[in-house]
Amino acid sequence: MILKLVFENLKHRPLRTGLSVFLIGIPVTLMLTLVGLSQGMLADSARRARGVGADIAVRPPGTSLISLSTAPMSQKLLDKLRAEPHVTLATGTMVHPVAAVTMVTGVDLDEFNKMSGGFKFIGGGPFQGPEDVILDEFYARQRGVKAGGTIEMLNRKWRVCGVAEPGKLARIVLPLATLQDLTGNSGKLSQIFLKVDSPANVETVIASLRAQLEGYPIYSMEEFTSLISVNNLPELRTFIQVMTVVSVIIGFAVVFLSMYTAVLQRTREIGILKSLGASQSYVLLIILIEALLLSLAGSFAGIGLSYGSRWLMMKLIPASLTQAIVPEWWPIAGFIAMTGAVLGALYPAFSAARQDPIEALAYE
Amino acid sequence: MSKSSGSIIEIQGLRKVFRVGKVDVEALRGIDLDVEPGEFLAIVGPSGSGKSTLFHIIGGLTPPTAGAVRVANQDLTALGDAGRTRLRKTTVGFVFQKFNLLPILTAGDNIALARHIGGNRDGESDRFREVLELLGISERLKHKPSELSGGEQQRVAIARGIVNHPAILLADEPTGNLDSQNSQTVLALLRDLNERMGQTILMITHNPEAAAYAHRIVNMRDGRIVS
Repeated sequence: MILKLVFENLKHRPLRTGLSVFLIGIPVTLMLTLVGLSQGMLADSARRARGVGADIAVRPPGTSLISLSTAPMSQKLLDKLRAEPHVTLATGTMVHPVAAVTMVTGVDLDEFNKMSGGFKFIGGGPFQGPEDVILDEFYARQRGVKAGGTIEMLNRKWRVCGVAEPGKLARIVLPLATLQDLTGNSGKLSQIFLKVDSPANVETVIASLRAQLEGYPIYSMEEFTSLISVNNLPELRTFIQVMTVVSVIIGFAVVFLSMYTAVLQRTREIGILKSLGASQSYVLLIILIEALLLSLAGSFAGIGLSYGSRWLMMKLIPASLTQAIVPEWWPIAGFIAMTGAVLGALYPAFSAARQDPIEALAYE
Repeated sequence: MSKSSGSIIEIQGLRKVFRVGKVDVEALRGIDLDVEPGEFLAIVGPSGSGKSTLFHIIGGLTPPTAGAVRVANQDLTALGDAGRTRLRKTTVGFVFQKFNLLPILTAGDNIALARHIGGNRDGESDRFREVLELLGISERLKHKPSELSGGEQQRVAIARGIVNHPAILLADEPTGNLDSQNSQTVLALLRDLNERMGQTILMITHNPEAAAYAHRIVNMRDGRIVS
């Protein structure tokens, strides 16, 4: 009967119910989108790193897992690494930012093709000249450009010589030498990839390199890609925690206002319930169940909206932001929304439960 | 008055004082009243006579300030908030002037809610179905209050008031919002409930015609019973 009463209350004021559900859904969407973006972009980075086809990555001293904004390694290191036992291929790349989360990568295309098996072109083909650029499908779509077209970047025009399937190292690829010259990093590299003769020798080679290159982070690609996760990025983890707290606060505020208004609107109904012998806990339960149902519906709405935000990103900025759908976060986001909702409903619920029945019945 | 008199309502020296700002307002100034089981009593008086305050105290909606009040063998002066809630749940039923049905529920659900709050989880008894027939609302139970006439709403409120078989039905100006024809119907129904089912009824009214349906009339003025 309590559930029926709660459902009828929710049905009786559809605008207030719909608005509350939508507003509770917003922080749920925020959380799911944020977590989805973190995981989606990291997974995309890992997928592209695997697409290189290397067995080992050598990174400059002092770099984090995902930041490579400088090119501090000498290109001469490549020859030294090529000479290492079991190393069959070595290639260096240079990374340079062009926008907030967009990087260009310079590669030696011949070496890179040998290691990765080459780009799979959807249109056009490899570099024909020093001012050519290869784009992946997502970035080309985002910029609205096709093979043979031009794009502006780094204060100059580039000819798009090819559009390739995504998943290989980078979204924007330039000739290594061009990028080095353009950024004043001639002879410098951001990262070196190695291929060894047998997977069984990967650890041997890493051990040998670590002994020679003190301070250089050296990973097997398997280890490297597995480390690209939210848990290994403390700044991101903190950001998600902050967003979680913000979500609880928004959920609290929305439900507090919604239930406070509802309790005021229903003063007379509460008086009727009390005249019938409803105890304080009975009235409290009605308000709390209503808040829980609103937050449950808000959680579902938030999940639905997170699909909407993903669709929007895929449509508008597929190369810049990759949002994953993370179902394991649905119950977490729902629980957080419900926590905010219950906290927000407590005061209105207690004030409803404590209402004087005579005053409540006299309320117009 | 003896406590073993068998009265269902026993009141002695009842006083009620309200604090309004910094002023004490004495609403009841020493009420003595006995009501026998099965009695239909009307309390009549002008506005401010204290009849509503008496109604609220007997119904467990507010505590007395002083005096002795026993309702169905429960000492109301000793009851706290939870005790008065229990009294409303099990011992008294209310019928109000403004019907006070929940607008979001159907007539049937309004009655079912009262039964649920009263802890009665069984289906309707034969006796209650008989009451619904008597009240003439069996066919109107699926309708919401806004779809019912005033008379029908008040009959639903009466059904709700007696669904948990209370010892006393308290009616506060039950015809105050009804036209004369519906007033007569509702009053006749209250008398039928009293005569056929032995339901004790205490009715507050300022209307002498309505009071005439009762077995006994008590007149109040300025917080006292005057006759």
